[in-house]
Amino acid sequence: MPYINVNNDLPGIRGLMAFSPETAAPMGDLANALLKDTEGLSPAERELIATHVSYLNDCFYCHHSHGEIACIYLDGNRDLVDQVRHDYQHAPITEKLKSLLRIAGKVQQGGKKVTTEDVENARTNGATDKEIHDTVLIAAAFCMFNRYVDGLGATTPTDLSTYPPRAKQVAENGYGRHIFSQHQPL
Amino acid sequence: MPHIQVPEGVPGIRSLVMFRPETGQYLYELAQVLLRGESPLSEAERELIAAYVSSRNNCMFCMSSHAAAARCLYGDQKNIVDEVLADMQRSSVTEKMKSLLHIAGKVQILGKEVTEEDVAAAREQGASEREIHDTVLIAATFSMFNRYVDGLASWTPTDPAAYEEMGVRMSTKGYALPTKI
Repeated sequence: MPYINVNNDLPGIRGLMAFSPETAAPMGDLANALLKDTEGLSPAERELIATHVSYLNDCFYCHHSHGEIACIYLDGNRDLVDQVRHDYQHAPITEKLKSLLRIAGKVQQGGKKVTTEDVENARTNGATDKEIHDTVLIAAAFCMFNRYVDGLGATTPTDLSTYPPRAKQVAENGYGRHIFSQHQPL
Repeated sequence: MPHIQVPEGVPGIRSLVMFRPETGQYLYELAQVLLRGESPLSEAERELIAAYVSSRNNCMFCMSSHAAAARCLYGDQKNIVDEVLADMQRSSVTEKMKSLLHIAGKVQILGKEVTEEDVAAAREQGASEREIHDTVLIAATFSMFNRYVDGLASWTPTDPAAYEEMGVRMSTKGYALPTKI
C-alpha cells in the first residue's frame, strides 16, 4: 500500500502516474527520449544503465522492471542483466559500456563524484559526448524515478513472474500514458 | 570546464538542454508543471523545497538559482528562504512545511528513507495527499537535476548578481526551453 491514497491498485510508478497524470506526461516522454533512442547507445545498453542505477538505489520495483526490459532486448540473457546489476566489471560487455557504467555509478552517489578521469576513460574507450551525456542523464533520471517510487512507498509486486508481461508492453509500445491508463498486461 | 562540449558561456542546466534539446524539452516541461502547475503548495513553497534539496545535494547552481526564485516569490517574507537553508528546524516556516521539508530531506538521501511515520506526521500537520505527493516528486526531481548539472560539470557562475537575475526570470516567466544564448 502506498503512503498516500492513489485511488488505484496499479503497481509501482504506474499507480503514482495514474494519481498525477499531469506530471506523468513529461516523465513518460523523458523516459522514451532517453531509453528508446537508438542513436549512440542501444536501447539494451540504456536499460542496463537504468537497471544498474536502480539496483544501487535499492529500488526493487525499478531494477526488476528495467532488468526485464533489458532482458527482452538481449534475447532473454537474464544472467547478463543480473551480472550488470552487481558485478558489471566482470560481465561480458564492452569496455566502453563498463566505463559508462562506472560514470553512472558515480552519478548515483552524487553529481560531483564524476571526475575528469572517469570521462576521459570513457572517451578513450570510444564514448562520444552524446553517449556520456545520455549516461549521466539516465543515471540522474533513475535517481528521480527510484526516489519517487520508494519515497511514496509505491506498491511493489514481489512475484517476479509479474514483471515480464509489463516489460514486454514497454519494449513493444514504449513508455507513456498507456502504461497506466490501459488494462494491465498479464 | 564542462565534461562535454556544451555551448560556451551558458550556465548550468541551460547549457545541457541546449546540447540535447530532445531530452531537455521534457526536463523543462516537468519543471514547469511541477513548480508552476496546479498544486495546493504555493510556487514559493515549491521553489523552497527545490532549493532545500539542492542545498543538501551541495549543488551550487541549482541551490542558488532556486533560492533566488523562492526569495522573489516570498516577497516580504524572503528571509524564510535563508532561514530554511541555514537551519530548517529553527526556521519560521509553518509546522506543516517543516514536516514536508523533513520528508524532502529523506527523499534526498534515498526513497526508502521515508517512513510511514514521516508521512503520518505531515498529515497530522494538515498536509494533504497531493501536498505529500508533490513534495516527494519535487525532491526526487531535484535529485535528478542536481546530478545532471554537477555530473557533467556544467558552468556554475559565482557572481550572486547572476542568480538574482535568474530568480527574477524564473519567478515571472517560469520554465521554457532555452533556444539561444
